[in-house]
Amino acid sequence: MQETRTLSQRLHLDLPLLIGLATLSCIGLMVLYSAGEESTSTVIRQAVRLLVAFSVMLAVAQINPRHLFHWSPWLYLAGLGLLVAVLYVGDVAQGAQRWLRLGPVNFQPSELAKLTVPMMVAYFFAERTLPPRTLQVFVAALITIVPTFLIVRQPDLGTALLIACSGGFVLFLAGMRWRLILGLVLLLAASAPAMWQVMHDYQRRRVLTFLDPEQDPLGSGYHIIQSKIAIGSGGVYGKGWLNGTQSQLDFLPERSTDFVFAVLSEEFGLLGVALLLAVYLFVVFRGLYIATQAQDSFGRLLGGSLILTFFIYVFVNVGMVSGMLPVVGLPLPLISYGGTSLVTVMAAFGVLMSIHTHRRLLSN
Amino acid sequence: MRPILTIKDIAQEAQLIRARVVICCVLIACMSVIILARLFQLQVIDYQHFATLSEDNRVKIVPVAPTRGLVFDRNGTVIAQNVPTYSLEVVPEAVEDIDALIADLGRIIPISEDDETRFRELLKKKRRFDSLPLRYRLNEEEVARFSVNRHLFPGVDVQARLSRDYPLAEISSHFIGYVGRINEEELQNIDTSNYRATAHIGKTGVEQAFEDLLHGTVGYQHVETNAQGRTLRILQRKDPIPGSSLYLTIDVGLQAVAEQALGEENGAVVAIEPATGDVLALVSVPTYDPNLFVDGIDEAAYGKLIGSPDRPLFNRAINGQYPPGSTVKPFFALAGLEYNLEQAHESVYCNGYFRLPGKERRYRDWKKGGHGKVDLNRAIVESCDVYFYVLSQNLGIERMHNFMIQFGFGSPTGIDLRGESDGLMPSPKWKRRSRNQPWYPGETLITGIGQGFMLATPLQLASATATLAMRGLRLKPEVLLRRVDPTTLEPIEHDPDPAAIIEHGSAKNWDDILEAMRQVVHGPRGTARRISIGAAYQMAGKTGTAQVFSVGQNEEYEEEEVDKRLRDHGLFIAFAPVDKPQIAVAVVAENGGSGSRSAAPIARKVIDYYLDSVKERGPDDGSMLTAERSEAASQSQVR
Repeated sequence: MQETRTLSQRLHLDLPLLIGLATLSCIGLMVLYSAGEESTSTVIRQAVRLLVAFSVMLAVAQINPRHLFHWSPWLYLAGLGLLVAVLYVGDVAQGAQRWLRLGPVNFQPSELAKLTVPMMVAYFFAERTLPPRTLQVFVAALITIVPTFLIVRQPDLGTALLIACSGGFVLFLAGMRWRLILGLVLLLAASAPAMWQVMHDYQRRRVLTFLDPEQDPLGSGYHIIQSKIAIGSGGVYGKGWLNGTQSQLDFLPERSTDFVFAVLSEEFGLLGVALLLAVYLFVVFRGLYIATQAQDSFGRLLGGSLILTFFIYVFVNVGMVSGMLPVVGLPLPLISYGGTSLVTVMAAFGVLMSIHTHRRLLSN
Repeated sequence: MRPILTIKDIAQEAQLIRARVVICCVLIACMSVIILARLFQLQVIDYQHFATLSEDNRVKIVPVAPTRGLVFDRNGTVIAQNVPTYSLEVVPEAVEDIDALIADLGRIIPISEDDETRFRELLKKKRRFDSLPLRYRLNEEEVARFSVNRHLFPGVDVQARLSRDYPLAEISSHFIGYVGRINEEELQNIDTSNYRATAHIGKTGVEQAFEDLLHGTVGYQHVETNAQGRTLRILQRKDPIPGSSLYLTIDVGLQAVAEQALGEENGAVVAIEPATGDVLALVSVPTYDPNLFVDGIDEAAYGKLIGSPDRPLFNRAINGQYPPGSTVKPFFALAGLEYNLEQAHESVYCNGYFRLPGKERRYRDWKKGGHGKVDLNRAIVESCDVYFYVLSQNLGIERMHNFMIQFGFGSPTGIDLRGESDGLMPSPKWKRRSRNQPWYPGETLITGIGQGFMLATPLQLASATATLAMRGLRLKPEVLLRRVDPTTLEPIEHDPDPAAIIEHGSAKNWDDILEAMRQVVHGPRGTARRISIGAAYQMAGKTGTAQVFSVGQNEEYEEEEVDKRLRDHGLFIAFAPVDKPQIAVAVVAENGGSGSRSAAPIARKVIDYYLDSVKERGPDDGSMLTAERSEAASQSQVR
């Protein structure tokens, strides 16, 4: 057996997924060079982060999913504890309390929750018969809602949305009944006015701006107007790398972080965007394939949830930058400048690889 | 809760999850299609719209100011030019503490409170990266002192800009005027698009009158800007068309001589070339330095100009309205001849005063005891008042008025400068209209010696004298000689307006008057005979003395006892040479006393200088054209 294993198998890596992720990273660095005023130091810094993130992925991939399974409750509880802690002793940055200082490292507990919540829900269902019964659904929903609520309080709407999704995806994959799904959707719709009451002013403004960006073209609507101009003026073929006037001349705000997709659209046009989307879809479908090939329910549910959440990440970012969705401050994974969410995303891919490469031999 | 004996059907559960994954795949496909559809909408369907918006974002049109035309005198001497001046400019975004900066700079270069106030105003209005002037017109020492310390002041630099400069300063002020910063009121009346890059506009004098020619046409730069409006590069440029350079009819040499001749006296000298209407000199004393106004005059200096009782800003040459005194006598004498009055051909006995029949009031002659028997010639030469009282009585005010307005009295001469005063040629109609009073016969008498209501500007007097010299050919006085086309550099001569001709009966009438005026200077009894000494040419003139202060019926006017400001104005009109007039002059010496003593010698100096210089240069000088071409060329380099 030992002889037939390839290098990637020995390293517990999935080669197609790795190639997809590496391609995305390279596209990201190239766009970043343009968005970051052609500063090589920005690109190098991001490359270092990518290296760290890939190392984390590699490390996580070595962990047997069985261990992950057993650690799930403890990791979940630890995450919950940190989320509570951050509300009391966290650092405030840009109006939100998200950061926890752990010695020299700054750390966002909400990032950890992105992994621990789907793990915990998958753990909860793994040993039970599927499809889940109504009561089990409610328990799983509670597991999801508590950390989500804590993150909404920080406030960090984007991350809260992703975590709610990740729990929800496990529930969906576990075979939650359609009647319940319909009921939940109706409940959410009904609770929208209540949500409006709980929202912060800036969040309400984002929603209003989304509905009518022209209302305040120099204030809150500016981002989205300039972003749409950047995308639209890119046309089919784009203005060319480093030639995007919206991006290069400072009209596009947040152009190396949340709005990096607009830079890419402006400089590479519809063709470039379609290519990027194709790479993302390749990664997503490969991830879903891995999930279906998992050997146990825990692997299937967790793998499926993580990759679906990854897609939601992409969808929400592109939707927001192109003016389809309100601005919720989510980066475009692997392309946007920044390290925190990158590490989490790559750790998730590490989990996927681990699920795929640690196989018990059933027949032998 | 959990049924103990439920058997977990692993295969079925895997199947369930797989089914759900398939549903997810479908959803993902749908969402991807939505994204692509959205991008297709933005990038293909609405491409033109967004491409336009993006271009509008990036390209801004920045106006470029044209260089103002230069102004030369008739001989090519520069009167107004554009010189690079150094200003100290600050880019606010590069400075941490503006207050500290101003304080520190103040230790190296003097910065007045006015400078600071103006700078702080700009600071509020302009953008953070605009270069804002803190001090204008640094001298070379200040530039050097700053340059040495420049490393201490990041964000501060010395900038060279073109600034209007009047090298002749005081000599030119009253005709050239000056430019100043455009104010709100002027902004209403100009083509704002053509002035988008221009900070200065002509305020008075030639600078104001020929603003359209001098200004030029604004140019544009299409520049690429970033979101903050900072210019990154120039994409396209349409050069401005500089203003036309102007050659004036003024002879600055003559101007200087006239000004010097007036000396300490307030007054005005206007010299006109009779054959063309060219204004050779337009002097008003005291003068001021027009350079003070270019970058905004400071309050102290302005207060001094405004507060001075001598009113230096007042242009006496075109706005000073004086009783013309005896200078009107040749005109009325001509009227007498032209209307063919018997009296004009007879003598009058002057015993020192005149009384209207049945009235007590004595209208006195300036000469106590009178001139004795006086005919028309002697009445002009010796300036006999009584003769003109009698003549006026015979003419009547209507005929006097109608005759005099032919020479331009009582209305603007139409000089190509703005704000000229009307003067006043009274008539019963005028008096009824403006004062609602009847005309009294005595008023006719004093009008006959240029007193009473009658007022004339020095320019009107000079123009009327030129008309007299041209025997009725009246040309509109003008200061514009020619302009130089800014693109072809071709000189374009300014054609004088067609002359008006005063109809007259007999040439002899004019001969008699001009001969009498010649004798005023050259005759043994002429009132201005003193100025004929040593003159190499024949001159015709007439003295005048205008009362500022009415002396009572039985009082004597004693010059020494009267306050300087209430003393008579001395006037003199003249032209020369008599046979071929080349220059006509009007001189007013305010409070100078009698015209023969104060004004006449000034006219002599002015005419001497002019006739000499014309003789030296020759009538048509080709060098003018050369000077103009070289100047026009140098101007295009400045741009």
